Amino acid sequence: MEYLLHILILIGIYVILSVSLNLIAGYAGLLSIAHAAFYGIGAYVVALMALYWESPFWINILCAVILSGLLGALVGIPSLRIRGDYFVIATFAFQVITFSVLNNWVGFTGGPMGLPGIPQPVIFGWKVSSHLGFFLLVGVLCSLILWVSCRIVRSPFGRVLKAIREDEVFAQAAGKNVAAYKMFVFVIGAGMAAVAGAMYAYYISFIDPTSFTVMESIFILSIVIIGGAGSLRGPVVGAVVLVTLPEMLRFVGLPSSVAANVRQILYGGLLVAFMMWRPQGFLGEYSFEKGSDRG
Amino acid sequence: MTVALLEAEGLDKCFDGVKALTDFSCAVHEREILGLIGPNGAGKTTLFNVLTGFIPSDSGRVTYRGRALIGLPPYKVARAGVARTFQILRIVHRLSVLENILLAFPNQPGERLRNVFFRPRICRWQEAENRKAANTLLAEVGLAEKRDDPAEALSYGQQKLLSLVCCLATGAELLLLDEPVAGIAPEMNERILEVIRGLPGRGKSVILIEHNLDAVTQVCDRVIFMDAGAKVSEGTPQEVRNDPKVIEAYID
Repeated sequence: MEYLLHILILIGIYVILSVSLNLIAGYAGLLSIAHAAFYGIGAYVVALMALYWESPFWINILCAVILSGLLGALVGIPSLRIRGDYFVIATFAFQVITFSVLNNWVGFTGGPMGLPGIPQPVIFGWKVSSHLGFFLLVGVLCSLILWVSCRIVRSPFGRVLKAIREDEVFAQAAGKNVAAYKMFVFVIGAGMAAVAGAMYAYYISFIDPTSFTVMESIFILSIVIIGGAGSLRGPVVGAVVLVTLPEMLRFVGLPSSVAANVRQILYGGLLVAFMMWRPQGFLGEYSFEKGSDRG
Repeated sequence: MTVALLEAEGLDKCFDGVKALTDFSCAVHEREILGLIGPNGAGKTTLFNVLTGFIPSDSGRVTYRGRALIGLPPYKVARAGVARTFQILRIVHRLSVLENILLAFPNQPGERLRNVFFRPRICRWQEAENRKAANTLLAEVGLAEKRDDPAEALSYGQQKLLSLVCCLATGAELLLLDEPVAGIAPEMNERILEVIRGLPGRGKSVILIEHNLDAVTQVCDRVIFMDAGAKVSEGTPQEVRNDPKVIEAYID
């Protein structure tokens, strides 16, 4: 039972990550590979605040979201001016810088040793310590993020995002402030990723920089692409599939050293297969293959 | 003489030494359809790009209702009241026909997230109003039954018509139409020209780039002939067609 809840909690965290990246990449067409950086920033802000100030859960998570959003804006100012492949490279750079800071600023972040012993959150006097407690907490936050994202994409705001993804010039000619929309959605996505980071830090109670590498960013992007970019349910399906699939390997009885490598091969293979035969993913309406040549 | 709606004076634009516009001036009056003709490379589309802020001009000034347009980004030009279509077709292919038009409406409260979350009622109300207006527009141009089809499923002529309707839906008073009937079957051609002819009746003014001289003669009040970035001739369609300089330029 605990194992099942553990998997469900992980799925919840990845749903938050992929749904937020889907706003940026799937709806606005901005192929960001900095998502693990915002995820990590959220986790570290919460961990540091909880460890040093013992501040309450809601304050920590709020600070994580705000700080991640601000950093998103800071990254967005230069990188959103450039398009296509160059935007990918700019976000890649931010991802690498974030990892380097987390890994090398030993005095502050603990460097490669990470931050152990993050205290369990207390919400309105209820100490969340069991798997079931975390499952409920993640479930609530996950639903909230899904609701917010659903409202966004079904609004006229979401319609403009889709127009930007398909034809930026047309959106401008229709009087839409394209730069502002991109900035908004990038900041919102960054803030949402911080929520996932906060949950991860509290749940595992130990974080280190290896959880927030480029590989992690690519993994989150794979969830979006395989699930279906630009659809509401796609990333949820993607998260369920990509989180549970490697768990299946466990039951096949592979030794753990082999399983880790097979996992990577599996993700790579899946991504290639989807790109070739179903570029829009399980449920998506948008494929990057077609979108990229329109800029 | 009516009041000039848009005035351009002394526009210059050079691309790596090639002069696309040289000291170009023109004016459009309210409810006027101004035709812009000339050979390929005469600078017609460059003029549109400069007027709408997509390309900065090297010098010159543009005023729309007394307000300077030069230096404004494209979206602000569109909001100020100068909308355009493009020579290559630009619509959102994977949105429905209706959604394409809904996208174009100005000042939508639902385009601000603050309103989406905190004032949902006003967003819904405006969306419903816009839907009505969009349906009326679609019915008027004869695209009503295609309303829920994705825009990419329309024929090329219907797509061009849709891009014109989107331009109209922005609420702009001056529409810059870049070859709205190029490459379209005769029947649809006639329908689009009919819509353009009706624009002054809706209080709109138009600058129309078109190679088809018969179409220009049919719909335009006044025509400017451009060559090598400069104005060569200006007058009624008949005057310009019979201008020896124009005939010479076309024969060259």
